[in-house]
Amino acid sequence: MKNKKLLTSIVKNLVVWLTSAIMIIPLLLILINSLKDKYQSASMSINLPKVYHFENYQTVIEQGKLVGSFFNSMFYAGSSMFLGVVLSAMAAYVLGRNRNRLNRFLYFFIIMGIAMPINYVSLTKVMQLTHLMNTMAGLSLLYTALQIPFSVFLVYGFISTVPRDLDEAGIIDGCEPLRLFFSVIMPLLKPVLVTVLVLNFMTAWNDFTLPLYYSNSATKWPMTLAVYTFFGQFESQWNLVSADIILTSLPVIIIYLFGQKYIISGMTAGSVKG
Amino acid sequence: MKKNIYPLYFTFGALGLYLMLFVLPGVMGIFYSFTDWSSYSREINFIGFENFKTVFSPDEHFVSYIFNTLQFTAITVVAKTVLGLIFALLLAEGIKGKDFHRAVIFMPAILSVLITGLIFRSILNPEYGLLNEFLRFIGLGALEQQWLTNVKLALYSIMAVDTWKGMGYIMTILLAGLQSIPRSYYEASSIDGASFWGNLRYITLPMLMPAITVTTVLNLLHGLKVFDIVYVLTNGGPGYVTEVLYTSVFKEFSLGKYGLGTAVSSVLFIFMVFVGYFVIRLMSREEVEA
Repeated sequence: MKNKKLLTSIVKNLVVWLTSAIMIIPLLLILINSLKDKYQSASMSINLPKVYHFENYQTVIEQGKLVGSFFNSMFYAGSSMFLGVVLSAMAAYVLGRNRNRLNRFLYFFIIMGIAMPINYVSLTKVMQLTHLMNTMAGLSLLYTALQIPFSVFLVYGFISTVPRDLDEAGIIDGCEPLRLFFSVIMPLLKPVLVTVLVLNFMTAWNDFTLPLYYSNSATKWPMTLAVYTFFGQFESQWNLVSADIILTSLPVIIIYLFGQKYIISGMTAGSVKG
Repeated sequence: MKKNIYPLYFTFGALGLYLMLFVLPGVMGIFYSFTDWSSYSREINFIGFENFKTVFSPDEHFVSYIFNTLQFTAITVVAKTVLGLIFALLLAEGIKGKDFHRAVIFMPAILSVLITGLIFRSILNPEYGLLNEFLRFIGLGALEQQWLTNVKLALYSIMAVDTWKGMGYIMTILLAGLQSIPRSYYEASSIDGASFWGNLRYITLPMLMPAITVTTVLNLLHGLKVFDIVYVLTNGGPGYVTEVLYTSVFKEFSLGKYGLGTAVSSVLFIFMVFVGYFVIRLMSREEVEA
């Protein structure tokens, strides 16, 4: 009986360690190869570099024009995350507080967007009509729009934990709805808003489909699309491609390490309740 | 009175952007599906069901794209759910370093699909790729494959990469579900001398059903809308064997055949309005009970 238990435990640990290895080795592979020279990285093996070439990173930043695309990505992810969180929180607040027929319909209508596919082709028409095609503002607004359904869903689920008395007290004190919302309600929504911010930042940062469709000038490309083009040009130089991959993933990995709690609570929200 | 506290204009910003950039293209798309809109001509003419005839014609490849998309969806849903469940059970408790393993297994979920694709293009490379190297190293060189260029294997390789990336997310949701099962159930059953399998069948799985439903739905939506992982790994090749709906939309778009592209998109759109309706009902249901 005791032996059997020991055996089960060994098997369990083996399976789990093996799986963790399968998850982490691809990333290690990239990290290791980003420090090799061109010839050693050609075989993309997991052997450690003979000499550590940290200058690969400098090369890739210069040749891949990464500074510009880093700021583009920052702009897309940053602006859409802030705009998205403010608009979604405002909408979710009113829809969640005043659940009349119209508002219940509007809520349902908005979160239908979680499931809906985007028609990229006819979206070009809308982008052209609104003069947003090939503009940075256009992409930023697109990311905002795409994040709205899930953000509204998350905040809506949280809004009932903020006591209603506050709204009424604020109004009696003569507070305008907008001021009340920004100075009283928003701070209380902080936990869910941080989750929304983090998730939206990561989604926009990781995406490359939208610029693929709606941005034809390389100077406006985010890091993801830049790394893809770089890969096209330097496919034989895996050391540089690897360094580029590491730099592009670094922001989300840092966010994951510090904000793991928020990411997981957001990604699992709404899925498990009781 | 309530009107003053919760003014409707609070929703206008979100609603406006959503309507303009999400709903409007979807609806317009259905209209443009009946036209010959293309980059070759300035005029847009109504052509009836021509585009849909092309999409569903046996002479074209679109039916196989639909089939690929459905196959991709079905297999990844099952793979991710089963693996996610196994690891959720393994890492629920009683194992050393469970937090570490959970974090590591979840990690691919935060990476860009593009990055994942590039990494696996290296790993699955038939000559120097890590996978074939590894097979040779452990003496299983006979199993070496052209993972992404073999007609029979390519789509399965893409599914495997997608599962690698998404399995941890599903595991995390199921773990949260497991934690919400009251411990007293297991205590009671252990007094009755229930086995592990008995517990799994009569307590864990039934109690986990809501979470499993949600993960299935998420995987379903993800699978039907799949684009980037296919685009980066094979771009639909070799030939057309891994082409899915959204990659074909992009191809038609690049060729300037907008009418046809939007028709393919609209087929997915209409299908998903139906699926989506039930999905969202499901997601907002618990809200009402709370």
